[in-house]
Amino acid sequence: MSTIDINKVRADFPTLKQKIRGKDLVYLDNAATSHKPQCVIDAIEEFYRDYNSNIHRGVHKLSQIATDKYENARKIVKDYINADSTEEIIFTKGTTDSVNLVTNSFGRKYLKEGDEVLISHMEHHSNIVPWQLLCEQIGCVLKVAPINDKGEIIWEEFENLLSEKTKLISVVHISNSLGTINPIKKIIDAGHSRGIPVMMDAAQSIHHVKIDVKELDVDFLVFSGHKIYGPTGIGVLYGKKKYLNAMPPYQGGGDMILSVSFEKTIYNELPAKFEAGTPNIAGAIGLGAAIKYISELGLDNIAAYEKELLDYATEKVSAIPGVRIIGTADHKASVLSFVMEAAHPHDVGTMMDMDGVAIRTGHHCTEPVMRRFDVPATSRASFSFYNTKEEIDVLVKSIEKIIDMFS
Amino acid sequence: MNELQELYQQVILDHNKNPRNFGILDTCTHTAEGHNPLCGDHIDLFVEMRDGVIEDVKFKGAGCAISKASASIMTTLLKGKTVEQAKQMFNEFHDLVTSDPNSDPDVVNLGKLAVFCGVREFPARVKCASLAWHTLMNALEENEQAAKTEE
Repeated sequence: MSTIDINKVRADFPTLKQKIRGKDLVYLDNAATSHKPQCVIDAIEEFYRDYNSNIHRGVHKLSQIATDKYENARKIVKDYINADSTEEIIFTKGTTDSVNLVTNSFGRKYLKEGDEVLISHMEHHSNIVPWQLLCEQIGCVLKVAPINDKGEIIWEEFENLLSEKTKLISVVHISNSLGTINPIKKIIDAGHSRGIPVMMDAAQSIHHVKIDVKELDVDFLVFSGHKIYGPTGIGVLYGKKKYLNAMPPYQGGGDMILSVSFEKTIYNELPAKFEAGTPNIAGAIGLGAAIKYISELGLDNIAAYEKELLDYATEKVSAIPGVRIIGTADHKASVLSFVMEAAHPHDVGTMMDMDGVAIRTGHHCTEPVMRRFDVPATSRASFSFYNTKEEIDVLVKSIEKIIDMFS
Repeated sequence: MNELQELYQQVILDHNKNPRNFGILDTCTHTAEGHNPLCGDHIDLFVEMRDGVIEDVKFKGAGCAISKASASIMTTLLKGKTVEQAKQMFNEFHDLVTSDPNSDPDVVNLGKLAVFCGVREFPARVKCASLAWHTLMNALEENEQAAKTEE
């Protein structure tokens, strides 16, 4: 049994305490974004209220406080993923921005015409489209590892796609639409044994399972703040120093330079080299507060409790006739995608909203996954440590009501 | 009637389950494809025109109850109508589903289309209701680009 004190935890999240159309909010759209605990809201408010200032510039007191807090957030991230150095932690706008940084900067440095990048069939559009753009620009080739009917990477096929042409493997750790937990260590080892670096998209995993970049030996790791109880508009790129040092800047501007003249500009050291312009200071500080919050709850506790919720929901939902679960991998995170014979996901979403249940319906920015399973869209319930089994009961009742009405 | 019953009126649920004029029309003179990328609704519309009058119309596709019922009901209303009359119906329908939910709906000329009155309460569903109509307009104007209702 988990040790999450559910009443105490729920009291930390002000948005959870509200009625939607007269019903208690049942928020099951956590894979899209999570709610924010009061400590995160406070941290953001304090920045703007008490010490708002630009960083890395002023010699005045407020600027020093803001700089210290911003850099402290970087240290919190570094410790959280057990990186070697804060130089390896780049603040970005989010996962998408982090992927685009690597695509553009790593791509320009290390890829040429005919080279290959290997992804999987279950990637979010944000780990597909940036590569397609690069392929159009420089003539590299995107390879896609297929998945089986359970929503798992087919290992033999994955290995067969690795060759001397492969210059990077970029895969999602946990699928946002299927819930599959990919064997990331095995993927990294398979890459490294052939000299291929690996990037992992940890947008859906960084708050569900403990990630140690040194133990994994991963080369790049990307995630967003808003999915891990922090604010929107802030994200992280972790990269090994040897790559980040060699990669050219992604964007030019203030803060990423040591000196500028019209003849020659000298770029700044890491991590500033990749953080052009005034960054999202409040966002980084809020992210730091969020990571502290979930660290105090304990990732093992969170993982155990969310597994309980997933098992409970899977059992209840799969028992309803006419409902099919999409994504039945052996190793799954707390994401439950399903389709119903009676009703289209879009109707399901509207019906559930009337019961106060917030779920996501659509293709979840993974259109290739929808096509693989031959569905136009799915309904997706995704659970967080602040959800309860009683809320899952509300979801189940709502599904039954929809079947009644549409059959 | 609550908001939900108003949105999913019995007529809509019936057309969703048993869509009328569903299939391919081999004798069509005009055709267009409609797509709502946000939720995956997809429709192929086939129209047979003779001397400026719609002789027959059929549709195929997959989508939510609102988009399917809208296409089905639309096809039942078009036969014998001129292009001008069809455009007039589209305008009245569009005005209905995008009107202020607090105002009294103007359903005098709408006939069967009045069942879509509940869509006004759900702005996210307006594009579902209007997909078939946008596709029709494209077919009549022989606009080959697929209609999209993600705006």
